[in-house]
Amino acid sequence: MIEIENVHKSFGSLEVLKGIDLTVDKGEVLTVIGGSGSGKSTLLTCINGLEPINGGRIVVDGIEVHAKSTDLNKLRQKIGIVFQQFNAFPHLTVLENVTLAPRKVLGMSKAQAEEVAVKQLTHVGLGDKLGVYPTRMSGGQQQRMAIARALAMSPSYMLFDEVTSALDPMLVGEVLDTLRMLASEGMTMICVTHEMKFAREVSDRVAFFHKGVMAEIAPPAELFGAPKDPELQKFLAATH
Amino acid sequence: MFDTALTTADLLFLARGAGITIIVTLISVALGTALGIAFGVIRYQVGPWWAAPLTFVLDVFRSVPLLIQLVLANAFMGVVLKLKLSGFTIACGVLTMYTAAYCAEIVRGGIEAVPMTTRRAARSLGLTWRQDMTNIVMPLATRVALPSWIGLALGVMKDSALVYIVQVTELLKSTQILITRLQEPLFLLMICGAFYFLISFPLARLGGYLERRWSND
Repeated sequence: MIEIENVHKSFGSLEVLKGIDLTVDKGEVLTVIGGSGSGKSTLLTCINGLEPINGGRIVVDGIEVHAKSTDLNKLRQKIGIVFQQFNAFPHLTVLENVTLAPRKVLGMSKAQAEEVAVKQLTHVGLGDKLGVYPTRMSGGQQQRMAIARALAMSPSYMLFDEVTSALDPMLVGEVLDTLRMLASEGMTMICVTHEMKFAREVSDRVAFFHKGVMAEIAPPAELFGAPKDPELQKFLAATH
Repeated sequence: MFDTALTTADLLFLARGAGITIIVTLISVALGTALGIAFGVIRYQVGPWWAAPLTFVLDVFRSVPLLIQLVLANAFMGVVLKLKLSGFTIACGVLTMYTAAYCAEIVRGGIEAVPMTTRRAARSLGLTWRQDMTNIVMPLATRVALPSWIGLALGVMKDSALVYIVQVTELLKSTQILITRLQEPLFLLMICGAFYFLISFPLARLGGYLERRWSND
């Protein structure tokens, strides 16, 4: 379970998260929607400790993320994150991209790591690209590789930060299909997205962020069907 | 063909000088690169304020002509510290610092060229700072830094001609000795140049080969 309690986060004098309270249960798919600068991506990077917070606390499976005693490298094994930019390691083949962390962080042998990597890459439809360098692949393929790379660590949670935003419209579908597949398999996911249709179909709950505040959170039918927050109403009107 | 007083023994004398040039260069470039990587990482990691003293020292080694550095280092070690170091040791020491000073900048530039987002992705997988450095940052930075580093190594090899000032008889000094005796400056300088070319060529080609190989990634 991910528990977020009264989290504040500032970049200099700009407060981007203004007291967020949120709990994500095991197996839940939460999507986060909102305009640019609403703080939704920052929340994800705070959850796995890539960004420090200025107030409140985030607890993942009983471990407080920002406590001094927390081993962040260990905690991050539980929390996979995939970013908007594909962030492939360009000097490594697809297979090496995926085996790197299992070998270095989990201490798997090369053979073990390759077994896991092949399984995950096949899972996301890249079983035939093992020896290819990522720069030779399309954006959608690179993004699916990034998902496989995160999954190879057997995380308990997956965070997706606008993973389709940098893709050609033609390639969005294949990545969303991968996310749908993960959701149907029971993966606990937080997806920051601009894909409203996806949010509506896949989520258990949808949260709307506006100017650093979580303005509304509800199951998709309710949030999209009868939005209460005036800003959310405006946002939905603009994106439809 | 044409008349020369150059003997096989003289050619061997030149070859020995070339050997000294190679050894001085290899030692200085190897140690200087290792130090340069350390300095470059420190400069990148601690930020400009904390790295200021280190930056200052490196700037001194980059700005003062090598010849002056060699003379001053020789005098400092011998007269001030009363250390009986050989000219060879002083030559290697000064050239190492000279290489390190330039290499630190090349390394820092290489590290800065690795996108922050790529490093974040690596850390988000649970890789430690050190694992990120060795598995992601250094391999990628090397690709960026290689052409500059090859240029530096070739430059150091040619600059090593200046170590004659601390009584090291390297290739150019050997040539000068022969010129004084044989009075055939142009012919001897051509041979000397050919030696320098033979030493540099493999390094330059190695650089080209690695660039081609990595461009397939």
